[in-house]
Amino acid sequence: MPASSPPPIAVERLVKIYRTVAAVDGISFTLVPGSITGLLGGNGAGKTTTIATIMGLVIPTSGRVTVLGAEMPRQRYRVLHRMNFESPYVEVPMRLSVRQNLTVFGMLYGVEDLRGRIAQLGHELELTKLLDRPTGKLSAGQKTRVSLAKSLINSPDVLLLDEPTASLDPDTADWVRGHLARYAEMRRATVLLASHNMAEVERLCDRVIIMKRGRIEDDDTPAKLLARYGRRTLEEVFLDVARGGSLAEV
Amino acid sequence: MIRKPPAYAASTTDLAFSPRRVAAMMLRYWYLLRSSWPRLLDLVYWPTVQMLTWGFLQYYIAANAGFFARAGGTFIGAVLLWDILFRGQLGFSISFLEEMWSRNIGNLMMSPLRPLEFIAALMVMSVVRLSIGAVPVTLLAIAFFGFNLYALGLALVAFFFNLMLTSWAIGIFVSGLILRNGMGAENFAWSIMFLFMPLACVYYPVATLPAWLQPLAWLLPPTYVFEGMRALLIHKVFRSDLMLDALGLNAVLFAAGVLAFLALVRSARRNGSLMQTGE
Repeated sequence: MPASSPPPIAVERLVKIYRTVAAVDGISFTLVPGSITGLLGGNGAGKTTTIATIMGLVIPTSGRVTVLGAEMPRQRYRVLHRMNFESPYVEVPMRLSVRQNLTVFGMLYGVEDLRGRIAQLGHELELTKLLDRPTGKLSAGQKTRVSLAKSLINSPDVLLLDEPTASLDPDTADWVRGHLARYAEMRRATVLLASHNMAEVERLCDRVIIMKRGRIEDDDTPAKLLARYGRRTLEEVFLDVARGGSLAEV
Repeated sequence: MIRKPPAYAASTTDLAFSPRRVAAMMLRYWYLLRSSWPRLLDLVYWPTVQMLTWGFLQYYIAANAGFFARAGGTFIGAVLLWDILFRGQLGFSISFLEEMWSRNIGNLMMSPLRPLEFIAALMVMSVVRLSIGAVPVTLLAIAFFGFNLYALGLALVAFFFNLMLTSWAIGIFVSGLILRNGMGAENFAWSIMFLFMPLACVYYPVATLPAWLQPLAWLLPPTYVFEGMRALLIHKVFRSDLMLDALGLNAVLFAAGVLAFLALVRSARRNGSLMQTGE
């Protein structure tokens, strides 16, 4: 990407207030191309609102969010075909077969050679034998792979993931993480990942942003965070931040 | 270094309209209909029950009242046209509700699908759903009561087009309400059209209403259609003036529906309700 290219995601002094509650309270960060960044925080920390604002689903109260240079949500149609997302809070239609779902979303995203792309994703995500089965008849792990296939159908440059491995068994979760890491590396895609799974964040992310009550409490590489808090795992770091421990107390 | 604009720049504005994305949504609803026989049966069930009930009632009245004997078909005609209005709106709203029920609306709102493309797909699907339900019922009306709706000819086209425009306008508005307020507003999809029923004078002339209510009735486009139907069946006159008046009112209603939908979607983005599409 040329030096003059806009960052994949830039959040500047973002504030989102619902009635009187500040869900996000003046956060700023910029992601670099090809990075995988973890967004950590307890319930109500503002992670989902931040991701929804980046996706253009929420209008900020103040501040500015740009994706690939387009201001969200005002200029979202300039970039939505280069983005995608996966979240346990949305589902692909259960009555449609996997192939039908991927066909519909592929058409929505304007994917060229859609049949080839579906076959490729079927192969990569081990869905080939499931393509003609109704999505609702699949196991939780298989459904997650279908959601992942939907989120990769347009080979996005920016991928937003909200709890991508929630409710998966460890083996399937590990498989999904491996695939995401390979995709980000091969495509040089930028990934923003909200998760409560610290092992997942440690394995996947080269940067971690920790949020609390709508603000960024810390922002660094996993290794530097561990060193700064004097902890052995990110889970311990997360607990320190969540319970209000200051560095001095650690 | 100034980057060359990408080839897709022309299709990245809010106003771009892609037939491919509309076709994608139609395909999605067609897959759904095809996969579920209860959904298909539901399209035919109520129109058939309605038509039979009112058809037999008309038989009874016709045998006992000279006027209604001359005005043959007005009840069945009204039932069939009312069904176009009601099922048209319901067909639109149910396709939309399928996205809420399947928790797919977030996927769509974050895809490149424009609101106007979404609306266009829902409009086409309402016609498809209506056709699946209404065509067999109109054939049954011929078989049971000798009432041939298609004998209305070009007048039927005018009635149908006007009723569909009204049903779409209402369907679009209700969809916006549900997006903005969540599934708590779902009931509107099922009941809002019945607000029209007394004032649109489906089964009786506008003159039946109290004088002070009549101007209100004439504000509703369907009123003109049902008056036009009675004029055709009873007096054998096609009232093109009524159809043109209905078309003018429908144009206003449809534009208002679309504008309200866009405003409600914007309000939903401000309010964060696109993230929470539950109750």
